[in-house]
Amino acid sequence: MANPQNPATVTQRSSKVSPTSAASMASIAPVAGWLVPGLGHFIQRRYIRGSLLMLAVFVMFFAGLGMQGKVYQFNTGDLLDILGFIGDVGAGLLYFVARAMDWGGGNIHRAVADYGTKYIVVAGLLNVIAAVDAYHIAIGKKP
Amino acid sequence: MTFELSHYSAALLFALCASTVFGITQRTTPKDMLRYGAYCFVLFAVGVIVASWLMWLIKH
Repeated sequence: MANPQNPATVTQRSSKVSPTSAASMASIAPVAGWLVPGLGHFIQRRYIRGSLLMLAVFVMFFAGLGMQGKVYQFNTGDLLDILGFIGDVGAGLLYFVARAMDWGGGNIHRAVADYGTKYIVVAGLLNVIAAVDAYHIAIGKKP
Repeated sequence: MTFELSHYSAALLFALCASTVFGITQRTTPKDMLRYGAYCFVLFAVGVIVASWLMWLIKH
């Protein structure tokens, strides 16, 4: 039975991948990784990495909501609000679900709610980093 | 669903999640990922303590 960690097996496996499927994976993996944290790694059979990334982003996002953090809406007002929205959107479907369910109203009376807001933004930014990593795996820049 | 975290435990949870992602995405081999993740976590945790002492010194 072939050992998946064996470099010879990896070479065999990568040589069987057609350029077309590699190119499509390079398009699909980052989008999938953005929409669902860790999915970009899952579809490339990096299950442990995908699970850990998914866990990290989910924990940050829902901990932020639990701390009554704010989920930013699209806006053209204050620069920090615009940047907050961009960061939040990085969480992909989590962001859209939170908006659809009207979660993340924020609470200015609790100091820890401000931490929650930052948690949600950083969850989105970390998810973008994970999606870029999925892209690097897809193009063969990273094993 | 709400929960309370102290300032430090919130910082530690932040450090744990961020260092997990940094470790996985910034290194290529599992051993290096683990080492870099632990390094980032320690930097976060120690950085919070140093920053808090600096703020204390500024105030006093």
